[in-house]
Amino acid sequence: MDLVLDFLFGPLKEIWEFPTFFVEVVVGGVLSGVMYSLVALGFVLIFKASGVFNFAQGAMVLCAALTFVGFMDLGAPVWLALIGALATMIALAMAIERVVLRPLVNQAPIILFMATIGISYFIDGFFQAVWGEDVKRLDIGIPKDPIEIAGVLINTFDIVAAVVAGALVATLAFFFQSTRIGRALRAVADDHQAAQSVGIPLQTIWVIVWSVAGIVALVAGIMWGSKLGVQFSLAFVALKALPVLILGGFTSIPGAIIGGLIIGVGEKVAEVFWAGRIGGGIEDWFAYILALFFLMFRPQGLFGERIIERV
Amino acid sequence: MTRATASRQIGDTLLKVDGVSLGFGGVKALTDVSFDVRKGEIRAIIGPNGAGKSSMLNCINGFYHPSHGSISYKGIVRGAMRPHEAAKNGIARTFQNIALFKGMSTLDNIMTGRLLKMKRGFFWQCLHWGPARAEEIEHREVVERVIDFLEIQAIRKTPVGRLPYGLQKRVELGRALAAEPELLLLDEPMAGMNLEEKEDMCRFILDVNEQFGTTIALIEHDMGVVMDISDRVVVLEYGRKIADGTPDAVKSDPKVIEAYLGTGHA
Amino acid sequence: MIYREAGQFKTSYAADQAIFPILQDRIALAILLAVAFVAVPLMASDYFLSTILIPFLVFAVAAIGLNILTGYCGQLSLGTGGFMACGAYAAYKLATGFPELNIVLVFLLSGGVTALVGVAFGVPSLRIKGFYLAVATLAAQFFLIWLFTKVPWFVNYSASGVISAPPRAVFGWFVTGIEATPQAKYVFCLGFVAVLALVAKNLVRGRIGRAWMAIRDMDIAAEIIGIRPLHTKLLAFAVSSFYCGVAGALWAFIYTSSVEALAFDINRSFQILFMIIIGGLGSILGSFLGAAFIVMLPIFLNSVPTAMGVPLSTSMIAHMEFMIFGGLIVFFLIVEPHGLARLWQIGKEKLRLWPFPH
Repeated sequence: MDLVLDFLFGPLKEIWEFPTFFVEVVVGGVLSGVMYSLVALGFVLIFKASGVFNFAQGAMVLCAALTFVGFMDLGAPVWLALIGALATMIALAMAIERVVLRPLVNQAPIILFMATIGISYFIDGFFQAVWGEDVKRLDIGIPKDPIEIAGVLINTFDIVAAVVAGALVATLAFFFQSTRIGRALRAVADDHQAAQSVGIPLQTIWVIVWSVAGIVALVAGIMWGSKLGVQFSLAFVALKALPVLILGGFTSIPGAIIGGLIIGVGEKVAEVFWAGRIGGGIEDWFAYILALFFLMFRPQGLFGERIIERV
Repeated sequence: MTRATASRQIGDTLLKVDGVSLGFGGVKALTDVSFDVRKGEIRAIIGPNGAGKSSMLNCINGFYHPSHGSISYKGIVRGAMRPHEAAKNGIARTFQNIALFKGMSTLDNIMTGRLLKMKRGFFWQCLHWGPARAEEIEHREVVERVIDFLEIQAIRKTPVGRLPYGLQKRVELGRALAAEPELLLLDEPMAGMNLEEKEDMCRFILDVNEQFGTTIALIEHDMGVVMDISDRVVVLEYGRKIADGTPDAVKSDPKVIEAYLGTGHA
Repeated sequence: MIYREAGQFKTSYAADQAIFPILQDRIALAILLAVAFVAVPLMASDYFLSTILIPFLVFAVAAIGLNILTGYCGQLSLGTGGFMACGAYAAYKLATGFPELNIVLVFLLSGGVTALVGVAFGVPSLRIKGFYLAVATLAAQFFLIWLFTKVPWFVNYSASGVISAPPRAVFGWFVTGIEATPQAKYVFCLGFVAVLALVAKNLVRGRIGRAWMAIRDMDIAAEIIGIRPLHTKLLAFAVSSFYCGVAGALWAFIYTSSVEALAFDINRSFQILFMIIIGGLGSILGSFLGAAFIVMLPIFLNSVPTAMGVPLSTSMIAHMEFMIFGGLIVFFLIVEPHGLARLWQIGKEKLRLWPFPH
């Protein structure tokens, strides 16, 4: 009984006693949450525009980062490596549209989902075969010194990452809401056939949206890569974006952001204050179990649209 | 033009819909609709598109739950009933957009209709031997009678996804019939069919009603068909009931004429 | 003998509903079983038995398990590895906790334990569908592996965190532990697989299988026919997890003899999923074909380039495997969603008519 009480309330006591430390943990969580949000954004974009749940988003993050770092290792300056990686992501988007999406048009969502698992494996294998599999250090010159704001220590790098993510989201929101392509994207998301019948070129739209998701993956890859080194495990860290999506709803960009923050903070707080009491390392599954409980009560996510079933 | 065959017996009220209203958010699908279905009759629900006909059927078999009013079946007022409970009580239906199990053969689809009647538990199912096998064969015989009745012997083992539209509709009717329902709900059984297929379907509906004494409530657009085969007709418009009675009475009702032809002709 | 069914008339529904209604198929099966049970253990080398045939059999059980859930009932699961781990650790705890318990019983019970765990993680399937459920099953995957890695009770407090199969015998023959010969292990495994495959086939061709497929093809219509969705899905989760659990136990006790939780990580889950996509969704035969394919491919990649004079590095082979699996998944989903099993069926149809084109 004491054990249970200690497990439930002990951490709360610690939090009460060391509020600054708690704030630091929360800030750390927010910042890693921003990273999750970045990956989740890629998922949401593709899901919104093509109804495909793109399991390969994680692999795309890996391949973007690998390509970027690969070019830099070959001696290319940052801007050239960036262009090279961008071009690769766009080429990848075109290849996926041509080889996978076009033949599978109008298939059940679950089939497309499994196809993206296949894509994910292919990308993982292909890009590691091309660029090698050792852990690569990625340094694009963002300082990593901790600075102190109101008594709380924060890493400069994390702040830069948060700013970049914020800028990216703002750009995407503008792109979706206010441009002609954005409107076409939303039309396609609503109904493929209806969109086609009013003259929206489905295939072009798909290439655009997968390219945009590729660019988002590149940004996420550079950020994650600078933090953790570019390595295979990036693809799996990116899987964390899945519970983020469940929390936020598959179709909502704000949902992806807020879901990411909730998961980031929840995970860090649970890991730092609770995990030690049950063996540690709960970051592996905490997000999934949280999402699972969440699903039981609100299957459509925080911001998702409610689905009305029709007969 | 009502049929009065000696073998048919219209009995007491089987289903009573009493003041049913249904809304989705701000949209009112049904408003205060009341009617009854008597045992052994063919009851039609007609009305323009969006009149709430399908919603009505969905309420009857428990897929939607009315926000006001009640539905009583066999004299018992039902609370919120799940569709599988409705099925257990002898209500079967077909769908406007065919809802067959596309990956299964015709035979398996119709066998699925017998599911509720099959009782052998998990253990025997694992063995597929003895009682489970006997049960399987017993129900196969019933299903084969349905297949004979609907004249679809040739497509017994064909996956239904590959069948033409008219046959799929027939298989769907077969699946509903296999459950030996007391009340059969048909949602536009003849939509999208050509004349010949329609005539076949009419014949099947009448035969089901006469041979098995099954009560039928159907939705249909084709006025000619409805007037020919049904005993009584309910007319819905914008979720409200505007007429109820024998085909002849309904046909001459000014409100019905108005709903179907517009005010200019009234 | 020519593959023909002409002249074989079925006079009862029982005959029509048999698993192999055609005489030639029944003969072929009898020969196959005789070869598998008698000729193979007598003739095959130890290497062939323990690196190809035994893993193939173990994978086949897991693939049947996942196929029941995903192929027949339409609920995509990415937690297969977690459930296999569950079976492996349950078997270890049972075998070490109750040394006098017969090993067959141990395996069946560990399947039962896994079934309970599977049901617990299947409960959300009432409210969520498709990839939502897939994400939920990832929770099972990560949580279970963490649990077995972190809680020392599961490994009987051994420092290495590795479980080793204690020696156990069936009818005086050792089937697990150091003294067990590959032949004994193989025959034991084969017996298990044969029985489990038959049971699975029986389930899917009867009332329960039809309920699963109805849920898979159109859940709303299934409910209106009178199928209770939660009940049916949970049963699929239970049966599927039972198979995965037994597969995990066979893996730990028969195939590798000692194992750590990481052997059942998420890549294992994907591997099994690939087996059923390549082999054929909704087909018991397909589960075997897919398992065979995925066991053989790495061996093929290892030996063929070397034989051709272009040896590949180990990491290159790993990358090639990833690419080929990924490519094949997409290929099969586009060209033949019913996988190798469907190709097999088409081949038989052709053979029935051969040498005539129609």
